[in-house]
Amino acid sequence: MNARHMNPYLAGFLLGLVLLLTIFVTGRGLGASGATKSLVVATVGAVAPQHAAASPFYSKLIGPGHEAPLKAWLVFEVLGVLLGAFVSGLGADRLKLVTERGPKVSVKGRLLFAALGGALFGAGAQLARGCTSGAALSGMAVLSVAGFVTMMAIFGSGFLFAWFTRGLWLGAKAGR
Amino acid sequence: MGPFVPDLISDQLNLVVALAIGFLFGFVLEQAGFSSSRRLVGVFYGYDLTVLRVFFTAAVTAAIGVLLLAAGGLLDLTAIFVNPTWLTPAIFGGVLMGLGFLLGGFCPGTSVCAAAIGKVDAMVFLVGGVLGVFGYAELFPRFAAFADSTSLGPAKVYESLGVSPGLFVLLLTAAAILAFVVGGIVERKVAPDAAPSRLFPVKRHFVAAGVLLAFAALAAALPDRKTRLVAKVNAPAYVPHHVVKPMPPDELAFRIIDRDPRLRVVDLRPEAARKARPLPGTIAVPAGEVLGKEWRSTFSPRMVKKVLVAESEAEAKTAAYLLVESGFENVAYLEGGYGSFERTVLSAKAPEGEGRFAPVVERFREQARTALAERVRLERAAGTAAPKKVKKVQGGC
Repeated sequence: MNARHMNPYLAGFLLGLVLLLTIFVTGRGLGASGATKSLVVATVGAVAPQHAAASPFYSKLIGPGHEAPLKAWLVFEVLGVLLGAFVSGLGADRLKLVTERGPKVSVKGRLLFAALGGALFGAGAQLARGCTSGAALSGMAVLSVAGFVTMMAIFGSGFLFAWFTRGLWLGAKAGR
Repeated sequence: MGPFVPDLISDQLNLVVALAIGFLFGFVLEQAGFSSSRRLVGVFYGYDLTVLRVFFTAAVTAAIGVLLLAAGGLLDLTAIFVNPTWLTPAIFGGVLMGLGFLLGGFCPGTSVCAAAIGKVDAMVFLVGGVLGVFGYAELFPRFAAFADSTSLGPAKVYESLGVSPGLFVLLLTAAAILAFVVGGIVERKVAPDAAPSRLFPVKRHFVAAGVLLAFAALAAALPDRKTRLVAKVNAPAYVPHHVVKPMPPDELAFRIIDRDPRLRVVDLRPEAARKARPLPGTIAVPAGEVLGKEWRSTFSPRMVKKVLVAESEAEAKTAAYLLVESGFENVAYLEGGYGSFERTVLSAKAPEGEGRFAPVVERFREQARTALAERVRLERAAGTAAPKKVKKVQGGC
């Protein structure tokens, strides 16, 4: 753990202000998983346009009358996230190619589970129309039912699954 | 008044805004330590509750801010994106995400942040995310019906609970602070040597919590802008700062038939009433939405007199005052409400109280009835005009 991380309440307050600014200026919230969706839609649309046109999922998002999928708000926002996080990491001297893992997990195992977790998160975010940022956080800020339901489903089920996945994260004794 | 998209900020410029906002988002996430999977999942094991602290503080801060901006008339709540709810899909999707969080150690936003500073596991998580979305998209036809089930629309949580938004946010803030206190105790129990809360400046945190609660209480105590304005214009001593005059039914009829270009008749009556007892040459605006952003261009031309028509004079007058309070000028309302229009212009009875002008008025009203009926017929034949396309803010993932 790096002691130079910002106080979490201060960081939360600043994150809340960023979200508030977003809502005030653009009328919408923050997000992340939407950019992945745009990437998938753009790729499939370019590689297999006929397949995309026939699919009820892609056809709603591409074709005549739609902007290019990558010219989306969230794509640009996520590019900004990459940049902002990089600058923050640079300033705090945290730039390092490393695979962070629990004490009992091999690098290979960690990467396998990271891919699996990413896939589940990607699919779940489609079903719930947003991830922790787009549905839960931004939804809670505008007091939507979807925001609170998604937040409780993510974190509530997380606590249930935590016991089964403890081998991935915990060492011989609790804590680190 | 915010939001500035799509009116003040174009869709193109909005992408630049997105980049700038993303930069701030990513910077804060990284500063908070969200680029570490072990720190993120710590919230599920109790050894590091950073996620709870950052996430809950951010949600509460933004929710309070939204209410305060709206109460101050700076943000139009009807124009912001409220993500619609599909209840069962949201729960199922949330559970998938919960499992994904525990297995992968990130959520999409934090994985981008971690990948940016070189975490290989985060990069792999992102690739997994692409595969997950691809798999979902390919299998989508099989459960498309489920994905669109239990739709509640843009439902608000406080409406479901039957409380005011302000009270809800105040309770949410109190719940957050309670969770922080209890969470800190748990964290120091689970990880006595490593819990981040060991080193917290507790006194300062209590002060901050008090300030946050005070702002939440303020948001709960302030009436929303419209309630405040309605109370203001209905106060006995209220004097509008622009002249708001009643328009007699005969004048309204004459100017409608005359197709007066300096007149704009706004019909506030509900749709059923407008259909059953139509008034030609009007723009229909729902009574509760006169201050809505989409109607601004309807009321803004200063050289055009806007006449509000409602069932009762009082309703039209209140709406007219609200418009004046919001900075619109040259507003009038139909004297006596629509009922009075029916009793005079549209009635075949001899005019009352017109003295020696009675025959003239009677002749005018007779012609007016024919002309108005003809206008209604023409409008019906032309079909209902396509409703004004309102550009709405789009959002969501």
